Amino acid sequence: MIKDLIFSMESPYRDTFRIWGYRFGSGEKSLAIVGAMRGDEVKQQFICAQLVAALKELESQGKLIEGHEILVIPSANPFSMNIGKRFWALDGTDINRMFPGYDLGETTQRIASGLFEAIKEYRYGIQMASSYMSGNYVPHVRITKTGFEDVDTARLFGLPYVSLRDPKPFDTVMLNYNWQIWSTKAYSLYGGKNDDVTRHGSRQMVDTLLRFINRCGLSETLPNAVSLAYESLVIDDAELVKINAPAAGILQNLVKAGDTVVAGQPLARIIDPYENTTLAQVDAPRDGVVFYTLNKPLALQHTPLFEIY
Amino acid sequence: MIKTIYETALPVGETFSIKKHVITNGTGKKRFCVVSGTHGDELEGQFICFLLQQEIMKNIELLDGTLEVYPALNPMGIDSITRGIPNFDLDMNRIFPGDASGTIAEQAAAAVIQDLKDADMVIDIHSSNIFLREVPQVRISEMTAELLVPYARKLNTEFIWVHGAATVLESTLAHSLNSIGTPTLVVELGVGMRINHYYGKKMVKGIMNLMASMDIWKGHVDSSSISDPIISTGDQVCFVNAPASGIFSTETHNERIIQKGDSLGQIISPLAGQVIEDIISPCRGYLFTIRAYPVCYEGSLLARIHKI
Repeated sequence: MIKDLIFSMESPYRDTFRIWGYRFGSGEKSLAIVGAMRGDEVKQQFICAQLVAALKELESQGKLIEGHEILVIPSANPFSMNIGKRFWALDGTDINRMFPGYDLGETTQRIASGLFEAIKEYRYGIQMASSYMSGNYVPHVRITKTGFEDVDTARLFGLPYVSLRDPKPFDTVMLNYNWQIWSTKAYSLYGGKNDDVTRHGSRQMVDTLLRFINRCGLSETLPNAVSLAYESLVIDDAELVKINAPAAGILQNLVKAGDTVVAGQPLARIIDPYENTTLAQVDAPRDGVVFYTLNKPLALQHTPLFEIY
Repeated sequence: MIKTIYETALPVGETFSIKKHVITNGTGKKRFCVVSGTHGDELEGQFICFLLQQEIMKNIELLDGTLEVYPALNPMGIDSITRGIPNFDLDMNRIFPGDASGTIAEQAAAAVIQDLKDADMVIDIHSSNIFLREVPQVRISEMTAELLVPYARKLNTEFIWVHGAATVLESTLAHSLNSIGTPTLVVELGVGMRINHYYGKKMVKGIMNLMASMDIWKGHVDSSSISDPIISTGDQVCFVNAPASGIFSTETHNERIIQKGDSLGQIISPLAGQVIEDIISPCRGYLFTIRAYPVCYEGSLLARIHKI
């Protein structure tokens, strides 16, 4: 393992801003993995830390296949995490809206550029992602449709779902999209809550990454790579039934992401915050699996509460 | 008449609403709209909305048509000093044309488009953010320049910036309206969280001049005192970004011609008591943007110059 300084920048009042990369093996640039890009993606960072430890162990046992390089970057944004901010604190910008970056541009464009220089030209790219919506997803691989997407490889993760979505204008400045434009097969992994750093909560994703590494021929067969793999279902984001809050109030969720529901089953109640009356009950419009749930105690009217597959 | 164009209930006993003031007189059918407050930290438009209505109401008989003023498209943002939409972590000017069946933010955006779409002219007033001080200017994308520059010239600004198209800008209010045939001009002036009265008065005069040229305002506007703007097209804008992190200290001001090699300021270290970098203008030109917020990181924008 080589620990590499990928990018650094002096700050006016704080320690030097640094992005560290962990390289395993050498040869073909086979896989790059990026953890936290936002300050609240602690779980994403923790998954990468566990992966670094696992790869270190595999490397010492000679179980990584020679001729391949794997790069893991647990954090591209330690500064925001250290002060409890989601985005770049000085100007509120999001590094994941700055790709491919610009080395002579604004601060977060420079960070994105420094990061992208280090992670482009790999065969596979994985981002441990989080959505702008505050909620829990059933574990899935998400691919932005660019015309270059590779769905078959996405199945190798063995997660329950592979979700394809049409790009929106802002996708063009995100990592997943730009990786693909630069010929990397790019996957964003979603699942669980950003602040869940229990071993149990993150272990499935660590196993998922090790499974992918194994199935792509980058390691010898690993016990945790073959356990509990799913036959992924490929779905289009447009197929998900989206359910919005019919009223505003205190949100009482009755189901969790991953639950199976039947048509007519109550999914949530919205409660009057003054008189404890039920303002609205949200029922499942069809049989299916809960793909996404909002995880906030309050619901705004029309806010997306659930996605059902 | 004050009208509500969108409203919805918030969770705990409060109604969220976006409002406009409709002022109609005469028999003219044209509709002229002034919108502002998309970003909660940009306040220049608040004074302009006030002053424009004061001037129009003084001589309401000279109005021939409809003036509609929407001071706050993001009222919760203005009310809480939040640039984006509180609760959503979203820049409102990145979600247009919105979605009538989406979140509150998307529904609000859709309602705004729906309400503005038949206007004969929309002026979308932005300040800069808190970081940059801007001369009053009109920003126009290359695709709409031919149609919009003649209108923009009437607005009494010193500068018109015709810029290249960026995909992300497709989700702005101006792009959404222009793409459905509603002429929309984006105005930027001043600095975030402050009101510059001189600039505000200058803009109101420009807006009334444009209204007069469209026959909505029958009053006299002294056209000889309207600024003849510099029009910047192609690659004429030079960006000066901070070469180092520190405190940007400057005694210079924008709205003037500077020479190549002139000082734009210094990046200093308050701890070491030293100058980290002297910032020198890389070209001769019209300085239209200068950094207002002193703390800067490597890459922070310090100045923009239209090269001459």
